[in-house]
Amino acid sequence: MATPTAIKASGLVKRYGDLVAVDSISFDVEKGESFGFLGPNGAGKTTTIRMLTGLSKPTAGKAELLGLDVGSNATRTKGFTGVVPEVSNLYDELTALENLLFMGKLYGVASTERHRRAEALLELFRLQEKRDRPFRTLSRGMKRALTIAAALIHNPKILFLDEPTVGLDVMAARSLRKVIKELHDQGMTIFLTTHYLEEADILCDHIAIIVKGRIVAIERPEKLKEMAIKEQAVEFTVSGDASTLVEPLAALTGFKPIIVNSSTLRCSGTTNRLLPHICRAVQDAGAEIVSVNTIRPTLEEAFVRITGLSPTVMATEKGGK
Amino acid sequence: MRDDLRGIWCIIEKDMKTYYSKPPAVSWGIVFPVTWVLAFYLRNPVDFEGLVPGLLAMTALFSTTAAEAVVINFELRLGSLERLLLAPISMMAILLGKILGGTVFGLFMSSAVAVICALFLNIHMDWASFFSILLPALLAFSAMGSLLCLMVREVFEAQTLLNLPRFVMVFLSGVIYPLEAMPRALQFVAHLLPLTYAVKGFRGASDPNQGAPIALQAMVLMAFFLLFLFPAAKLLSKKFE
Repeated sequence: MATPTAIKASGLVKRYGDLVAVDSISFDVEKGESFGFLGPNGAGKTTTIRMLTGLSKPTAGKAELLGLDVGSNATRTKGFTGVVPEVSNLYDELTALENLLFMGKLYGVASTERHRRAEALLELFRLQEKRDRPFRTLSRGMKRALTIAAALIHNPKILFLDEPTVGLDVMAARSLRKVIKELHDQGMTIFLTTHYLEEADILCDHIAIIVKGRIVAIERPEKLKEMAIKEQAVEFTVSGDASTLVEPLAALTGFKPIIVNSSTLRCSGTTNRLLPHICRAVQDAGAEIVSVNTIRPTLEEAFVRITGLSPTVMATEKGGK
Repeated sequence: MRDDLRGIWCIIEKDMKTYYSKPPAVSWGIVFPVTWVLAFYLRNPVDFEGLVPGLLAMTALFSTTAAEAVVINFELRLGSLERLLLAPISMMAILLGKILGGTVFGLFMSSAVAVICALFLNIHMDWASFFSILLPALLAFSAMGSLLCLMVREVFEAQTLLNLPRFVMVFLSGVIYPLEAMPRALQFVAHLLPLTYAVKGFRGASDPNQGAPIALQAMVLMAFFLLFLFPAAKLLSKKFE
């Protein structure tokens, strides 16, 4: 039996005059899945979210949420989706609790349930002590947390998160990722855009890589890494001078090893006899292996191989921050 | 429909709580009209009664439009208007919520000025007629304010843009200078402006022997409301395309 689809994009296009922001993208997100949209700034991630949530009309193509066409059922689809925009845009003058209650009321959550859920969300995001503080007085991390809480007040079936941890310090980002992971574990469908490779790797079941409005790959994170990195890589440390091993290893494996430091080399190759070759070369040189590490490919390496872009384009935050 | 009504109410309630005390709303919506009323009263208390309809109409105009600039442009700047657009209510409901937010502010202000004039300055007022003209006037001014405010982003830009029609109307719509005494060409222009019908309406409410039929003025003002409402809805929709 096929798994029901939570989000379906079919040939979505968004043009602004001559600029093609999103260029005929298609993908399916299953119910309960955490789907990441990974790409550099200006790749079309936010535009895609805006089309999926009914905030912006596609120039061509169709978006469906739980089988409903977003274009013709926007009010209904908005009722079961929660959206966390890139900017924490709750109301400065309202307190943390008032913001949550307002959002609950706007989404038609009954009064008793609204209060119960607001308190529960404040607890989940550890904001109970700040419940009566105006939004403007909260720290950036707290504002972000409250913005996510506000998107959850009506218990949505699908949660859209646009760059949820951008601009946050390490601890605040880690704490938010933990909550997002918990929501996913509870079965919520999550669609998340990010330009943090690590975040996509940790949080997503599937990742779509988008560059210049086009999807260049959609796969599980592990599969993406495998697709991009075919060679095996081993880093090892020897008791003596590692540079004497460079030539013998190159002759055995066909790949020249990289000198990491005076006693450490990184050796890569497509052969599955890489480790025996290393052992032989080290033995022939009269040295001893002190430690061996198998290097697993990272998502960053996969991203670079797939897109041809430098990882630095992903390190630059929006607005040049 | 029920969701839209709930949404409209939520927006009005939140805007009242959040924005009515913001400095631009207070300065342009309260201080400015009150200062004008007092200035005209102190200058000539004897003939003040004749100026009351115009000053009431001007209060309605300034208070609603000042409130619109705050309830719309603060949210445009902070991105929180987008939050409303993500809620399961129609775009028209959001716009009506914003327009009614300005209308309620104008209702408080104009009613307060009218009550003060009636109680302390012994100005006669037929209250049924007064509210019959006040409500459509507030709606028309508020819709006009929303249309203009949606054209810009910042509150100060909105207040500056609003001053153009506000001051043109104050001088051409019979607030200070009687319409009948104006050249015919200006009288024609005056009849293209909503404030003219509000002034005529309030004149009728304060003196049944003066002004044109209240119902007719109210209908013209409702027509102005619709005339501003639909382009404003289109502009809002276009802004978030």
